[in-house]
Amino acid sequence: MIQYTDKIREIAGRLLKDGTVEVFIGYRKGTVPMMNEPVLIRDPDQVDTLHWDVNCGLNLCNYLTRRTEKIGILATGCNSRNIVTHIIENQIKREQLYIVGIPCTGMVDHRAVKRAVGGKEILSAEQQGEKLIVKGADFEKTFEIKEILQSNCAVCRHRNPVEVDEMVADPVPEQEGVEPYKDVESVEGMEPRKKWEFFTRLISRCLRCYACRNACPLCYCPTCFVDESRPQWVGKSNDPTDTMTFHFLRAYHCAGRCTDCGACERVCPVGISMRQFTKKLNKDAEELFSWEAGLTMEQRPPLDVYRPDDYNDFIK
Amino acid sequence: MANKVFSKDAWLEALGGLKEHYRVFLPLKDGDFFTYKPIEEAKKIHFDYDNTRLSPKGLIFPQSERMFEFSLDTQDPEANILKEAPKDDSPRAIVGVRPCDAHAVGLVRRNFDNPEYRDPWWVKHVEAATYVGLGCNAPCATCFCKSVGGGPFNEEGLDAMMVDLGDRFLVRALTEKGEEFLSRVQGGEAADEEVLKEARELAQKVTDEMPDTVPTGRLKDLPVMALFEAPFWEEVAFACLNCGTCNYLCPTCWCFDIQDEVYKTEGIRLRNWDSCMFPLFTLHGSGHNPRDQKFQRVRQRFMHKLKYYVDKYGDGVQCSGCGRCVQFCPVNIDIRRVCGLMDAYEPGA
Repeated sequence: MIQYTDKIREIAGRLLKDGTVEVFIGYRKGTVPMMNEPVLIRDPDQVDTLHWDVNCGLNLCNYLTRRTEKIGILATGCNSRNIVTHIIENQIKREQLYIVGIPCTGMVDHRAVKRAVGGKEILSAEQQGEKLIVKGADFEKTFEIKEILQSNCAVCRHRNPVEVDEMVADPVPEQEGVEPYKDVESVEGMEPRKKWEFFTRLISRCLRCYACRNACPLCYCPTCFVDESRPQWVGKSNDPTDTMTFHFLRAYHCAGRCTDCGACERVCPVGISMRQFTKKLNKDAEELFSWEAGLTMEQRPPLDVYRPDDYNDFIK
Repeated sequence: MANKVFSKDAWLEALGGLKEHYRVFLPLKDGDFFTYKPIEEAKKIHFDYDNTRLSPKGLIFPQSERMFEFSLDTQDPEANILKEAPKDDSPRAIVGVRPCDAHAVGLVRRNFDNPEYRDPWWVKHVEAATYVGLGCNAPCATCFCKSVGGGPFNEEGLDAMMVDLGDRFLVRALTEKGEEFLSRVQGGEAADEEVLKEARELAQKVTDEMPDTVPTGRLKDLPVMALFEAPFWEEVAFACLNCGTCNYLCPTCWCFDIQDEVYKTEGIRLRNWDSCMFPLFTLHGSGHNPRDQKFQRVRQRFMHKLKYYVDKYGDGVQCSGCGRCVQFCPVNIDIRRVCGLMDAYEPGA
């Protein structure tokens, strides 16, 4: 990804120098393996800190909310769809942004890599083309990146950004024949009691740290319902009912808006498969309304509008 | 103080035999990581973890703890009277604690158990606990205990210490509690001088080889307001999600929030871990929040650990160098880097 990094630096430097943007949002190389840090650059002399590799799996759109400057921002397929969603939800203006598009072939699932080396400490993980070379104190292992992708990236159908001002490289081919909702179908097939058990087990480790919510660009409410204290909608302890209430409400709030960027799942400190909460809603939006979030600025999202011919079979 | 040597199998068997004396907690594999659980839940015991994902602080300072119970039933003569909720303070042995996590108990004690204030539950839970440590033969690259007053074989806060000698564990009592613990452990043999020497040399070697990477020496002399107003906070805070991962994984974060929860006529008063990253953290009753911006909250976390604590207690930082926040901050905000920025800061430069 050296080519991408060099190109990103070149573009960011040019945009900051010529005044197209006041700030540029990208990543810098992390201090620990498989982690990069989102960074905001103001000074064209600082662009050499920008970095790109397969560990840029957060969603940079998250950093746009309530900013007022002219902003340059890197955007993969899913990140660009969130930017579109931000624009149609009036969270940022299109003319405030200079979107630098990244054709993306997926991000590495850091947990899968750790699992594959038996949980041993990883001292370095460097990308070399299609491979990731992982080293520890007493081992070295080479992974094919396509074998260790984040679960959302493995089933991604929109790797290329949908809204850009400039691309860092030519578009990559989209994946054909992926089955994005296979895991949802297995949950759909469960008896109600089994479903409840499935979700209860899923959240049993939840700490209520809210990393999932806070990593999500959709969660921009000035005060989240779980943070309200007057009135208090939901208890703040680690009681399972309150925790479940948080997760379900958060997921429903993302209905028809989620781009399956995987940031929620990536950031969870206890490894909860967060996508299980949102994927069913994505599937419904797609099946019932032919809608995938963030693909166009020309159409209002299905839950924003009423049409007499809307799906209404659920009314009995 | 007593010292005993156990073959690894004998040690695991001996731990299983402690049930009548202690509730035994130890790190068990839970999916992809280790977490402290009662020994009864063990399918297999490995003492080969780097460290647990969450620190053992939850065993003495639970994430949510019932403080009181009360009735709102007007027919009840004791309505509206807070009654202490029952708690289990029977003896517990926490086995396999890494030295950083034991060191952290001492750092937290200054808050919960000091001449002005004693938190009754924290104190009782600690008194009920026997901490049996496990020295670190291979500290992680993210560990920096040595830079913050600890070390991979630091004994502070521990009642006994296990040293992994390959096929055996040397277990050394360090306090009376540890002595009592060891006297109850079945099996093992008294350690001879040769074994003790082997363990001492191992500890010395690992400690010497561990790099001292995080500078903290200047923190106490830098003016507090200069650090507060230092120009780097916006940059440090940019990536922060304001989630509670750092706080909740940290062995030294002690802040809590008190909540009443009522169902019909029954109520409980709880305390929950709080997070200085959350917008509700210092929201006043008036509606004013002195830290209503993200960078202010991020600054608070680092200033508390690396400056206010240093100034208030005059004995180092409120961090035991376990490296959990370094490893698991979802956006890679690295306390080692921030501590470096603070320590190197030249006011007015």
